[in-house]
Amino acid sequence: MSASSAFSDEKGGSSSVGEPEYGHDPASGGIFSSDYKRHDDLKEMLDSNKDSLKLEAMKRIVAMIARGKNTSDLFPAVVKNVACKNIEVKKLVYVYLVRYAEEQQDLALLSISTFQRGLKDPNQLIRASALRVLSSIRVTIIVPIMMLAIKEAASDMSPYVRKTAAHAIPKLYSLDPEQKDQLIEVIEKLLADKTTLVAGSVVMAFEEVCPERIDLIHKNYRKLCNLLVDVEEWGQVVIINMLTRYARTQFLNPNLNECLLEEGGESTFYGSDADQDEDEDEDKKDEALSKRKPYVMDPDHRLLLRNTKPLLQSRNAAVVMAVAQLYFHLAPKAEVGVIAKALVRLLRSHSEVQYVVLQNVATMTIKRRGMFEPYLKSFYIRSTDPTQIKVLKLEVLTNLASETNISTILREFQTYIKSMDKDFVAATIQAIGRCATHIGEVRDTCLNGLVQLLSNRDELVVAESVVVIKKLLQMQPEKHSDIIKHMAKLTDNIQVPMARASILWLIGEYCEHVPKIAPDVLRKMAKTFTNEEDIVKLQIINLAAKLYLTNSKQTKLLTQYVLNLAKYDQNYDIRDRARFIRQLIVPTDKCGALSKYAKKLILALKPAPILESPFKDRDHFQLGSLSHLLNTKAGGYQELPDWPQDAPDPSVRNVEVPEWTKCSSREKRKEKKVEKPFYSDSEGESGPTESADSESDSASSSASGSEQSGSGSEESEESEERSDSDEEEEEEAKKRKTQKKEPIEALANLRRGTCPSRSLTTTRTARQTAANQSLRILSPRQR
Amino acid sequence: MNGQLKKCHIAITSFIDSCSSHNLDSLPIVAVEMIHSLFLINHAGDIFLEKHWKSVIGRSVCDYFFEAKENAAEPEDVPPVLQTPHHYLISIYRDRLFFLSVIQTEAPPLFVIELLHRVVETFQDYFGECSETVIKDNVVTVYELLEEMLDNGFPLATESNILKEMIRPPTILRTMVNTLTGTSNFEERLPSGQLSTIPWRRSGVKYTNNEAYFDVIEEIDAIVDKSGTTLCAEIQGVIEACVKLTGMPDLTLSFMNPRLLDDVSFHPCVRFKRWEAERVLSFIPPDGNFTLMSYHVNAQNLVAIPVYVKQNISFFESGSGGRLDLTAGPKQTMGKTVEGLVITVHMPKAVLGASLTATQGSYTYDPATKVLVWDIGRLNPQKLPNLRGSLSLQAGAPKPEDNPSINIALKIQQLAISGLKVNRLDMYGEKYKPFKGVKYVTKAGKFQVRT
Repeated sequence: MSASSAFSDEKGGSSSVGEPEYGHDPASGGIFSSDYKRHDDLKEMLDSNKDSLKLEAMKRIVAMIARGKNTSDLFPAVVKNVACKNIEVKKLVYVYLVRYAEEQQDLALLSISTFQRGLKDPNQLIRASALRVLSSIRVTIIVPIMMLAIKEAASDMSPYVRKTAAHAIPKLYSLDPEQKDQLIEVIEKLLADKTTLVAGSVVMAFEEVCPERIDLIHKNYRKLCNLLVDVEEWGQVVIINMLTRYARTQFLNPNLNECLLEEGGESTFYGSDADQDEDEDEDKKDEALSKRKPYVMDPDHRLLLRNTKPLLQSRNAAVVMAVAQLYFHLAPKAEVGVIAKALVRLLRSHSEVQYVVLQNVATMTIKRRGMFEPYLKSFYIRSTDPTQIKVLKLEVLTNLASETNISTILREFQTYIKSMDKDFVAATIQAIGRCATHIGEVRDTCLNGLVQLLSNRDELVVAESVVVIKKLLQMQPEKHSDIIKHMAKLTDNIQVPMARASILWLIGEYCEHVPKIAPDVLRKMAKTFTNEEDIVKLQIINLAAKLYLTNSKQTKLLTQYVLNLAKYDQNYDIRDRARFIRQLIVPTDKCGALSKYAKKLILALKPAPILESPFKDRDHFQLGSLSHLLNTKAGGYQELPDWPQDAPDPSVRNVEVPEWTKCSSREKRKEKKVEKPFYSDSEGESGPTESADSESDSASSSASGSEQSGSGSEESEESEERSDSDEEEEEEAKKRKTQKKEPIEALANLRRGTCPSRSLTTTRTARQTAANQSLRILSPRQR
Repeated sequence: MNGQLKKCHIAITSFIDSCSSHNLDSLPIVAVEMIHSLFLINHAGDIFLEKHWKSVIGRSVCDYFFEAKENAAEPEDVPPVLQTPHHYLISIYRDRLFFLSVIQTEAPPLFVIELLHRVVETFQDYFGECSETVIKDNVVTVYELLEEMLDNGFPLATESNILKEMIRPPTILRTMVNTLTGTSNFEERLPSGQLSTIPWRRSGVKYTNNEAYFDVIEEIDAIVDKSGTTLCAEIQGVIEACVKLTGMPDLTLSFMNPRLLDDVSFHPCVRFKRWEAERVLSFIPPDGNFTLMSYHVNAQNLVAIPVYVKQNISFFESGSGGRLDLTAGPKQTMGKTVEGLVITVHMPKAVLGASLTATQGSYTYDPATKVLVWDIGRLNPQKLPNLRGSLSLQAGAPKPEDNPSINIALKIQQLAISGLKVNRLDMYGEKYKPFKGVKYVTKAGKFQVRT
């Protein structure tokens, strides 16, 4: 097999890329047979001695896999090359092996010894890669070998190999769940690992294998909190989500006050929080006297909140969302506000990110409206937004509506109604309806606006308005008989069934307010009965029944006629309804028992519908989760537990300071000092001092809380900063120590003079700035 | 050696024996975490690449997605998260391609979405663009990348610095050499970046010219209402960096007026604590191009609106046509010139055509998408550009009730509209003198004028 023929074959391969149909189709027999031929020469190439030919063959095979073609018949030829010296060939062979090993279990076993040898290689990268491939081969028969390999790798010298071991755990678990107990042992071991490289991966394994074993976290809780900022982004998400659940089982609800108030039926408007915050401590004391011990936040709870907060500044939307949900579920009410800004920032991102973030914001706005009120304008809708984004923003705007901002919001809604996007216009009309029901002051304004829409040219707009007006009118029908009259006239023109049904129901329900028009509408409807949609027919029957009971003189015959038509309708629901109504309202000799109450039954006072947000109560799902987004429990979803009544023993998280902590942390500090002095600072602190200073921290926070007056998220943020200051002072002192060498460098820089720049504009001279710089480093920042 | 192999073999067989005692098939199938499979789908709806990180999932799972795609008016309207009887589909739409991932169990949707975007960005970084042709041409590299980026569906190496150490991006020269010598893009030596405590920077970087450039790019997002009042306005900024420095430089970037920044987000290399304490950016940069930070300036009174558009678009009551009259002019340009001014108008469906005259630039009207584009170019404050003329409507169509909306694109060089200024850049940890530079540019982001 010469290289040139291989090349021409490659051409043939690439031309087939353009085909819309792929090898899967059994009908395309022609392609199938030519595949056979091609595979023959691939086999030859794989068997050759030349690495270049092997590589060429593997590349073509991988390309075929990528296109979804079946290359399983090449398995024996490929697997032979697993021990190939050429690292490129080897990598592609691994790709192939992972893809097909499951289908060719027996042949796959041939490759195992190569990986077992790899596991013992002196080079950590080769050990890791061997473990990675070995654990990716889904062959149940090698489960014990995998188990052994994972156990060994978990105590490997190299953190990278240990990370790979953590990655391998879920793979093995999905292959054979019976290994769970052994795997938990490995997880426990890896959870104790001190390196950031391992932390994310092992928590992922924990979540996958044994999320119920909260007890494994206790001893590692503080370490995880302190490592968090240095863990890679994806690991951060997993750890934060896990810690949210953990905190819900171990700490007390910081918002117990609020809960009690809610139970007491008191409305908790955010606006009235100012007073509440002011007297918070007093309130707490009062309650403490009557109910329970005063609430003091567990220092570990505070630690978690404090260490996750900087991650709101992450570039990764998933990390920001993870912190936001943590704050929403765990933080005291006054501190939750900090997440709003970060979430609003995410609205600038890709539309898929916006979609998910808006869903979560919509849920949050129901419970904590005040948080997003300052960002109202960030939810204004642009005509270029995709419809699904528009509808979600509308939802948020509606949730944010209050007495103070309703006029602004309604003005916005007015422009939306003129949009070209009709689905969005319909959603806007619904939103106006919801604002009108919740805020009494604007009900009439909204109603008038909607009535004006009834003369819109677009039928969908009119129909949607009718449906919403119907709901609004139910609240105070006596005031609006002219609107009902206006709507009665619409029955001549409007064709949308839902709207017609709504109008008929409205006239029937309030026929006493329009005594002259109602019978006439029934007359017209009787004429068109047979051509109406089912929902409209049902409402015609209802209208007839109601009129018969209130105004039988005029409508008796009409009702009979309608009921007769309905009796022979094709739809059995309508036939049933007609039969039922007839028995109920037309007095006969046989069954008088119920018809006495007919009026009470049919003309009973109906409560006005409550227009609620579809996002209400969605927060029983953990925010940011798939289950929350879909509003159904997804497989593998871990419930967010309720706060415990009494705090479990906090001492379970205490860690003795054994020898190894000291030396390992020293080692780390040494290696990190060169590269990033700051992170190591915060880590160095994680040792024995931490519980002490977070305690003082929480004490000072409660003290500062009592000083505070007024409200708003900024205020609370300030208080947080203030409360952190104790701890920061200590940090500062340490920083000063570690940074002593920096000024020297700065001075060295100064001696060299600043470097030329494209347009680095600075008003001061280089000398001055450099001097300033060194000054700033020398002196602590709270001057 | 031989003896070792034999031992291995014996070990395997003995393990196999011990396994066969319990029946593994009867065990329940445990669901897998995170991304199970990825399908790349083009605009026409053809699947042109698939990658499975666990057992293979048949293509038929995409049918649910295709159904949703049918129902959506625009590709952007396809719901990013779909539920099917056995799987969940999470997709993104970028560069006219759908990246559809299949997951089986609970996973944070943003996690998956963010990861998919990261995959696209990696492709763009490697191949210059992310299109069907490019992906098909580099299918092996793409596959290798996907293999390295995710392990078992969980992200492993997503930093481009690390990936480039393992898989070299293709260049024209290398492609030629490769075809001649038969070598490929793999690094021969083992990559060590994954082992480093700073995972975003590769080790052993060497340059003869050491340089660090920073571009401060600001975008104005605004909604201006009919009367010309600004309803909302904010500035979104990013600092794009191109750092080519030898060794392990530790950089400090400070601003003249950091107080302006209302909200910030950082590349993982930036030290949070240092920012919180001193408002300086302290970081060991990744090698090459990256986004150092993005920020947000919210205070509305600070947001200067560089241009205004006077508009009058009206339709005749009779429904036979309408008039259009647009004038653009400078508002607050801080003494700089506005360039690249483009005004886009989305017309109501009934508008068939437009016959207009522009005093400057040229206009096009696409009757299919109903979009009028007026490309003005540089804005001359002495002679304001104007576009006027008549619009023709579909015969018999009623007067359109919906409003056209106007979007504006523009560019101002040498200006950060928020007034943000970089003060200085210092480098520690290396001895050489780097070449440094900062460039400012302002653009219109989502800048909309309502009518």
